[in-house]
Amino acid sequence: MLSLSSHGLRSSGDPSRRSFLITMLGAGVMLGYAKSTLGAADVMLEALSTHTARSAGDLFEPTIWYGIDPSGTVTVNIIRAEMGQHVGTALARIVADELEADWRRVKIVTVDSDPKWGLMVTGGSWSVWQSFPLLSRAGAAGRIALIEEGAKMLGVPEQTCTAREHAVHAGGRSIPYGDIVARGNLRRTFTSEQLDKMPIKAADKRRLIGRNTLAEDIPSKVDGKGRYGLDAVVEGMVYARPKVPPTRYDSKVVSMDDSAAKRVPGYLKSLALDDPSGTVPGWVMVYAETFIAANKAADLVNVKWSSGKAATISEADIQKRAAELIADPKGGSLLVDDPGVDTALASAKQKIERTYTTSTVMHFALEPVNALAFEKDGIFEIHTGNQWQTLILPVLAKALGRSQDKIVLRSYLLGGGFGRRLDGDYTVPAALAAKAIGKPVKMVCTRADDMRFDCPRSPSTQVVRMAWGNDGRVTAMDHHAAAGWPTAVMAPSFMPKGVNGVPYDLFSIFGADHWYSVGAQRVRALRNDLADETFRPGWLRSVGAGWTNWAVESFMDEAAHAAGVDPVKFRLEMLDGAGRNAGSAPNSVGGARRQAAVLARLAEKVGWGKPTPKDVGLGIATTFGQERGMPTWTACAALVRVNRTNGHVTVEKLSLVIDAGTVIHPNSAEAQVEGAALWGLSMALHEGSEFVKGQPKDTNLDTYALLRMGDVPDVEVEFLPSTEAPVGLGEPATTPVAPAIGNAIFAATGARVRHLPIRRQAVLEALTHRS
Amino acid sequence: MTTFDLNGKTVSVQSPDDAALLWVIRDELGLTGTKFGCGIGFCGACTVHVEGRATRACITPVAAVAGAKVTTIEGLDAAGNHPLQTAWLELQVPQCGYCQPGQIMQAATLLKDFPNPTDQDINAVMAGSVCRCMTYIRIRKAIKLAAARMRGDTSHA
Repeated sequence: MLSLSSHGLRSSGDPSRRSFLITMLGAGVMLGYAKSTLGAADVMLEALSTHTARSAGDLFEPTIWYGIDPSGTVTVNIIRAEMGQHVGTALARIVADELEADWRRVKIVTVDSDPKWGLMVTGGSWSVWQSFPLLSRAGAAGRIALIEEGAKMLGVPEQTCTAREHAVHAGGRSIPYGDIVARGNLRRTFTSEQLDKMPIKAADKRRLIGRNTLAEDIPSKVDGKGRYGLDAVVEGMVYARPKVPPTRYDSKVVSMDDSAAKRVPGYLKSLALDDPSGTVPGWVMVYAETFIAANKAADLVNVKWSSGKAATISEADIQKRAAELIADPKGGSLLVDDPGVDTALASAKQKIERTYTTSTVMHFALEPVNALAFEKDGIFEIHTGNQWQTLILPVLAKALGRSQDKIVLRSYLLGGGFGRRLDGDYTVPAALAAKAIGKPVKMVCTRADDMRFDCPRSPSTQVVRMAWGNDGRVTAMDHHAAAGWPTAVMAPSFMPKGVNGVPYDLFSIFGADHWYSVGAQRVRALRNDLADETFRPGWLRSVGAGWTNWAVESFMDEAAHAAGVDPVKFRLEMLDGAGRNAGSAPNSVGGARRQAAVLARLAEKVGWGKPTPKDVGLGIATTFGQERGMPTWTACAALVRVNRTNGHVTVEKLSLVIDAGTVIHPNSAEAQVEGAALWGLSMALHEGSEFVKGQPKDTNLDTYALLRMGDVPDVEVEFLPSTEAPVGLGEPATTPVAPAIGNAIFAATGARVRHLPIRRQAVLEALTHRS
Repeated sequence: MTTFDLNGKTVSVQSPDDAALLWVIRDELGLTGTKFGCGIGFCGACTVHVEGRATRACITPVAAVAGAKVTTIEGLDAAGNHPLQTAWLELQVPQCGYCQPGQIMQAATLLKDFPNPTDQDINAVMAGSVCRCMTYIRIRKAIKLAAARMRGDTSHA
């Protein structure tokens, strides 16, 4: 799923080849074609006439990704979760553009889990990037098959035919796609080699990609008709609300008293769940006829638990452990380990060392986690919104004691993903609750239940050092980062190995492996074991890059000032595209020079260097989005005003310049950048929680702050035009915002903050230290 | 049993008097456009109109609306074509969409009180409506667009 050949993930990582092989053969099997003459390496592209494929509904289905029916309607199967990115629209337009389909005749279907789809995951800002090579070639393959058959039906050589507007044309005559499907005899086989080499259109020939349309998912989101997991119903279901235990892992039910709950009309019973998968140890389910009753009864059920050490651990303990891990030069995984870092630091003419920290951040998807579960015709159905079906299915299989092929996840809209629903843990208690009473159960978490059951962004600690030589040039950079590792907990097989052979959580370090040329470089990732024992860490929008860049880009600003160089000039000089930062095809063509380009454009746009009013400052930061294998070149400037009396920081404007390669759907792309940038602002100034005795301190909006309307600054977004490979947009704009704000606070006042979130008190303290 | 008017129809419900209107509307009456976010009236996802006023259904006991007119997103406009809804579509406001029925219901009362809202009016009235996807920029634009159209001002159209 990741194109990370340098990290050893290539075999699972090519987004097109393997899945195409599997799915194309799958389509053949599904449609009843046994092509024994084809080896496993061959890919079958079968187009079916009405005479041969009755079971498939007379559908021309050149791949499992889409089909064309005899009326000409193109239905594109979307395996990605719809959680606000309008992903179905973007992916379907990739197919439709190459297919030369009429967009008005394209339908989108968000599919349920099925092994035939291959890896089902929606995260990492990967969807478009992963799907573009596959879907564009699938569209092109269908177009070729239609042209060939259309040419026969028109009685002309195929070379004279073109496909446009849902029809094949030749010499003034044309035949619509629907007619070709209905009356033709479509049969075409492509080998995998042919598909790999399948030419796709030149950028200037595209008709849908790069142009705006109305997103297909939006109408149902303004009239109340959209169906989210919370809206799922089935005949005969009962409701359940959990009693969430005091710690994530080591709680056991000691006693349970539901005598008070029995007075609630509609209350059914309370059961401690037996979970062979270990996902929800110590959970108690409170069942009732309605959620109103389950909610009230749950408050009245008295459960006593025994818990272990986690119930004594707080945020400061976790951060102390991080500092200990970093202080020990042994341990951890080295992503980059150039020779000479220690020598350069020891012999430096000048050097600086800084420590940056971030607090726990909660997902707070607005739809609290929930799931409806029941068994029907031997299949266990889970109705809910989810981002990583492939990850949770084996866990559900273990929990339920049945094979994965007897479980299906039915897809719904997600009332926010943000990485919370990459972890499908919430499906497990719902399924167990249904199994335990032999009835459909809809589990609904209250907000507090959801928060206590969250897999938050781990607190982090980072230490960064830089050395300069006698000529004033940067000679070394050393970056150490410690945090809880979600990937180690939930998907350890995804962890690549560092150059020292030690596996690391890519989503807890990416960002630190930046594109600056800094001489000898070391990047070390450390798993905070105490964090992982205390709570379940999660992937949260922009994952590691959301906090590693707090260190990288705050530090670059500090380093520039230490060296007496303008912070933009300082960065541009190191974004030289030399050596490992040269970039490579197809995803990072141009390398660091493209990052330099977005930064230079941003500086020009915001009038970098112009004087600002008193207590107002402009700060900049630049990142490559999520990961080196899929860089989204990003630069952000924050214009902030600081109140020196009370420490209040007002962000007046955020300006962003992005190079995301080819942009499929500009309007949605801009929406993602707006939302992601404001997430960055929300996490910088408003959010942040902490663990207190094994529990997140904040469980609702009475104490957990989110950015609201009145604190939204002006936001301007510019995409640099590009025809390079499309990369991700859901998260990258989150990553530069906090350091841009921190750097702006410094520019306004000379006060340096090094902890997220930035609280007033910290600004006041920094102002005091300065003066 | 409580009787009230829901989107122009008289309904009688069995839920206990202290049951939150939100769950009565969603689970007993089956209208799921009104959403559950925080349960304490701090996020606005559950916003409905009671006698034309924006009300947090998650903290409103059903007995409190006895005899009253309650409007949900499904009843804001019979065809789903309230000027706010068309502005929301046109400016492509929703991302995940979960908060948007509540945002629209809140904005509808905003425009009754402030037909030509300033940014400060919008900040004040919409402050209680959280959008976790952070679509605030477009919500503000769409409110202004709908307001202009409702005033008959075509310069924004």
